[in-house]
Amino acid sequence: MKLLLAIWKWFDERSGIGAIVVPLASHLVPSGSRWWYVFGSATLFAFLVQVVTGIALATIYVPSTAHAYASLRYLSEVAPLGAWVRGMHYFGASAMIVFVGAHMTRVFLMASYKYPREVNWLSGVGLLALTLGMGFTGQLLRWDQNAVWSTVVGASQAARMPLLGPWLVRVVLSGATIGDATLSHFFVLHVFVLPLLIAGLVGLHLHLVLRNGISEPPSAGRPVDPASYRASYDAMLAREGVPFWPHAAWRDVTFGVLVVAGIAVLGLLIGAPALDRPPDPSLAQATPRPDWYLLWYFAVLALLPHAAEDYVMVLAPLLVGLLLLSPPFLSNRGERSMRRRPWAPLLVLFALTCIGVLWRAGARERWMPDFAALPLTTESVGERSGQLPAGAAVFNTKGCLYCHAVSGRGGTRGPDLTDVGRRLSRDQIVVRILNGGPNMPAYANNLAPQQLDTLVVFLESRSRP
Amino acid sequence: MSGIPERPAGSGGEAASGSRRRFLATLAVTLGALGAAIAAFPPLGLVLEPVFRRPRVAWRPVGRIGAFALGETVRVSFENSGVLPWDGVSARTGAWLRRVGEREFIAFSLNCTHLGCPVTWQPGANLFMCPCHGGVYDSDGKVAGGPPPRPLSRYAVRIRGDQVEIESERIPIG
Ligand code: FES
Repeated sequence: MKLLLAIWKWFDERSGIGAIVVPLASHLVPSGSRWWYVFGSATLFAFLVQVVTGIALATIYVPSTAHAYASLRYLSEVAPLGAWVRGMHYFGASAMIVFVGAHMTRVFLMASYKYPREVNWLSGVGLLALTLGMGFTGQLLRWDQNAVWSTVVGASQAARMPLLGPWLVRVVLSGATIGDATLSHFFVLHVFVLPLLIAGLVGLHLHLVLRNGISEPPSAGRPVDPASYRASYDAMLAREGVPFWPHAAWRDVTFGVLVVAGIAVLGLLIGAPALDRPPDPSLAQATPRPDWYLLWYFAVLALLPHAAEDYVMVLAPLLVGLLLLSPPFLSNRGERSMRRRPWAPLLVLFALTCIGVLWRAGARERWMPDFAALPLTTESVGERSGQLPAGAAVFNTKGCLYCHAVSGRGGTRGPDLTDVGRRLSRDQIVVRILNGGPNMPAYANNLAPQQLDTLVVFLESRSRP
Repeated sequence: MSGIPERPAGSGGEAASGSRRRFLATLAVTLGALGAAIAAFPPLGLVLEPVFRRPRVAWRPVGRIGAFALGETVRVSFENSGVLPWDGVSARTGAWLRRVGEREFIAFSLNCTHLGCPVTWQPGANLFMCPCHGGVYDSDGKVAGGPPPRPLSRYAVRIRGDQVEIESERIPIG
């Protein structure tokens, strides 16, 4: 112990590290800062988990299109602890997204982005964007069938950009086709570029937290005035501040350790998403979908009115970015309390509801045709011979089944036709079939007259509740 | 915080001339920028080269003429143009190939024009269908329903000897 102390003294005298760390640890923070303030540090803890598990994964993962999949299989099925580490990396990513969101919501509700903490907010938005970028590139490194086609979907969105589209496709794919550069560039982004940027921005963010102090819990009637804020903040600290270490830090550590433990337990019990088929872009069997945190955006792309698509795909991300950056510019002074800013919780509620509704839609995917739908049987038809089974056969083979259900069999993309005979007249049914609709193909040239007849007779007979 | 002694600008003999100070600062910044540019140019070029490289055009054989029945639409797979030895299975790409005449073929892209998902040919329904958002194309590749904005793209097909070949250049999206 004595020796250690002596070594430290020797080192400290020469490095001056103590003179830097001690004031940081003992700096005063507002005493009212309670559990609301732990989300930022929780994100940092989750990020550290990502760094450690990521380094471990990189010792086995091979970033080449020919071998990535095999190395992932090895990692998940053979390597001791491999599946656990993969699971931790997945839940660590999820935790980062959750706590970035929670932290941002807390800061917004308490208006902590007002003077002098505008740059804290802006750097935080940058960190959110980088975190999502890590999520997307990370999902693609899971180089299976789903990942390959997700890359294509990502590139197709970039292709919608006016003028720059074709060029952007080549930027996303790092070339004219999916190839080795595609994966290795995503790997480099995920492992070197984005983490370095995150580390840099985290450094700035923490520096700002120290320089500007943790925002005091707001109270109504105490507005922020840039001219006098710093002086009154310092006076408040001198009056009632407590040293960060350990009076506030213990909460950060406690919560952070819970987060880390949660990541480890979920990673062990649930694990990372299972690998899809091997990545073969020549196979048409694929239904690419994003990981859960982007599922709501997936729903946006599916549910959009078709005419609005080009604009939304290009402008919406831009708009959302500007919107997130805007609060400190719209108002960096005045009341911070939610009681004087009742629109703030409403706005948060609105945003969460939107994301929630879209997220649910994204999880249910009712817009996807069901190519695996079981064909109608004699039971669902009700008769063994005659026109009804013949009509049902047309229903099965002509693809109606993929989108429409009858008596519980079939897809959900189009209306359920179990009782269509009661809702529509014969003529209406014929018109629908021949002309189609915005989402339904017209079958006028695709059905023989006799097929049409039996199909219509079959559908007309569908009137059971 | 730091203990480095500072001389106030403009004091002392040599710094008396502000222009010398300005010159040295400009020199240092310019040289620094130059050094950074020199160090950055080759690596940036290496990274961005695949983005700017002109795609090669390659004709890929997909099978003998006789292997395709008239009027049938089947999935064929072939290699991308610029393929590298270590690309593995990801270098493959596919198309829906239909024989429409004795020596005439049409090759449709796998990629839905909506967001690039792989469309599948449904022989019973005579339609191409997309699994992602329910885009539907008729047998000519024209949009029959759903979100796709444009007809399915096609690849050029040619016949060399008794081999059917597809022109592979870039991924048919955008
Ligand atoms: S990608 Fe085909 S419908 Fe959306």
